[in-house]
Amino acid sequence: MENTQQIVERVAELSRLSFSEHEKNIFEVQFGKILHYIQTIENYDLAAVEPLTHIVTNQSSQRDDVPAECLTVDEALANAPKRNETFFKVPKVLQK
Amino acid sequence: MKGLYATAVLRKFALLCHAKGRIFYEFTSKFTMIENYEAIIGLEVHAQLLTATKAFCRCSTSYSLSPNAHTCPVCLGLPGALPVLNSKVVDYAVKMGLATHCSIREYSVFSRKNYFYADLPKGYQISQYEDPICHHGYIDIEVGEESATKRIGITRIHMEEDSGKSIHDVDIDTLVDLNRSGVPLIEIVSGPDMRTAREAYQYLNQIRQIVMYLGICDGNLEEGSLRCDANISVRKKGATEFGTKIEIKNLNSFRNVEKAIEYEIKRQVEAVESGQILMQETRMWDAGTHQTKSMRSKEFAHDYRYFPEPDLAGVSVSEAMIAQIRQSMPELPLARKQRFVSEYGLPWYDAGILTETQSLGTYFEQCCQSLGEQTKERYKLVSNWIMTEVLRYLSEKGIGIEQFPVSPSHIAELVELFAAELISSKIAKDIFPDVIGGESPKSVVERKGLLQISDESIILAVVEKILAEQFENVAKYREGKKNLFGHFVSSTLKELGGKANPRIVTKLLQERLQ
Repeated sequence: MENTQQIVERVAELSRLSFSEHEKNIFEVQFGKILHYIQTIENYDLAAVEPLTHIVTNQSSQRDDVPAECLTVDEALANAPKRNETFFKVPKVLQK
Repeated sequence: MKGLYATAVLRKFALLCHAKGRIFYEFTSKFTMIENYEAIIGLEVHAQLLTATKAFCRCSTSYSLSPNAHTCPVCLGLPGALPVLNSKVVDYAVKMGLATHCSIREYSVFSRKNYFYADLPKGYQISQYEDPICHHGYIDIEVGEESATKRIGITRIHMEEDSGKSIHDVDIDTLVDLNRSGVPLIEIVSGPDMRTAREAYQYLNQIRQIVMYLGICDGNLEEGSLRCDANISVRKKGATEFGTKIEIKNLNSFRNVEKAIEYEIKRQVEAVESGQILMQETRMWDAGTHQTKSMRSKEFAHDYRYFPEPDLAGVSVSEAMIAQIRQSMPELPLARKQRFVSEYGLPWYDAGILTETQSLGTYFEQCCQSLGEQTKERYKLVSNWIMTEVLRYLSEKGIGIEQFPVSPSHIAELVELFAAELISSKIAKDIFPDVIGGESPKSVVERKGLLQISDESIILAVVEKILAEQFENVAKYREGKKNLFGHFVSSTLKELGGKANPRIVTKLLQERLQ
């Protein structure tokens, strides 16, 4: 089992984010609280309880396959920090 | 078989070239080496579903010239937007499940597959993880000899959404188009049941035909509506444990699937033989250099952290719904091929070509139904006519059978005129352009006076005339230049304007020249 510091570093890596040691320490405390809270569940005997994926038991509502209006290109790109014509522009993903 | 033959030839060659034997010996021993191993191959196929709208929003899936023209808050991953499932996605997944003899789960849930990439705006893909909608099925694929089949397991089929598209080579930065973001896919995962690149090819071909027959995917590998990844490992023949599994991505054509798998099997066997320990990894097929290359492990050091999608409740599939979908299922390609052989007496080869697409097979059957005389000989003539003249016309025009202007009844009429010896095969071909123009074959033949001459007295008169004119050739023929016979036949046919019955011409010439 990873310790809380390792979990913070792993999640940062998966999210492609980098943090200073100071920030990591803050997250470590916050993550620790959340994990501790969830671990309280381990104090109970749950062998006979079925795993629950959803609070609601009815099935999801579905819709017909009929198109509706989309956003305009300019609306879609309104919050893009950078664009090239009608593309979103993001930092290079593949490194040479 | 090919491998065995190549080995035998190379061995012989190596013996003959004893002086330079060392190189050849090494060459042949490599072939022998591969024969001591068997490959374990499983395929993961993604099929883009032919729905009008995306999986979880009502944006259109149709092609757009403009990037980011088909987006909305849901497929842009904007905060607070909620997905609503397209019912057709469930229909299509169940259809594929039934077509591949899967069990259909009465209740299944979506999960989030978390990973970070610019073309995945939410930071997770909505997919299914545990308990996919379809599981434990199989398909039969064709192997080796005519009509022989092998059963390949289908481990699971699940529903998921596509990511957007990243473009790396236009700008100094990466460009992202989210028109494809949220387009529905099914992922079809086979069991580790294939042993050769050829079997993998046949499997993919069969899956492609099935999705096209079902009308749930257009089956285009080059354009990415069907995508294929392969898991490959090798082990010594007779071993029971699997070797290290290696995943190959980027197999975007049938040729690449076969080539990449062949390459990878050889690479793994050579690595194992030279004492290397293979590590589980993901490799990319490079169609330019014909090699698989390792993707840097960090790029794929995924930890997807799947968990049930809280924004969507589960999907229920009732018995009634399954029964309804089952009723709407078409006859599937391999079954149809087998039926064409048994019902119409066609060779396996013909049946394969005619069932390549659903509409071509339907056209063939409509032609056969229009025949006045229902015999296997006539069916074979229809098959010949479609496989040569009709398919040639379609490929010249670059169209499908759906756009072919000739009605099945006209094809049947043409075949019957020819079968009844009312016209020759040459005339049948000659009048084809008129038939394509919309005129019935009978009417063309009457209008142009092309009815075949089968009256022996008319043909005999011409035969005698030709033989009299060509008395020198007749003398040479009788002295032994037997190949002049063809010349006599063509001269007689020409004299009769191509309308004489060639069978009678041949018969009369043989009698006269005896």
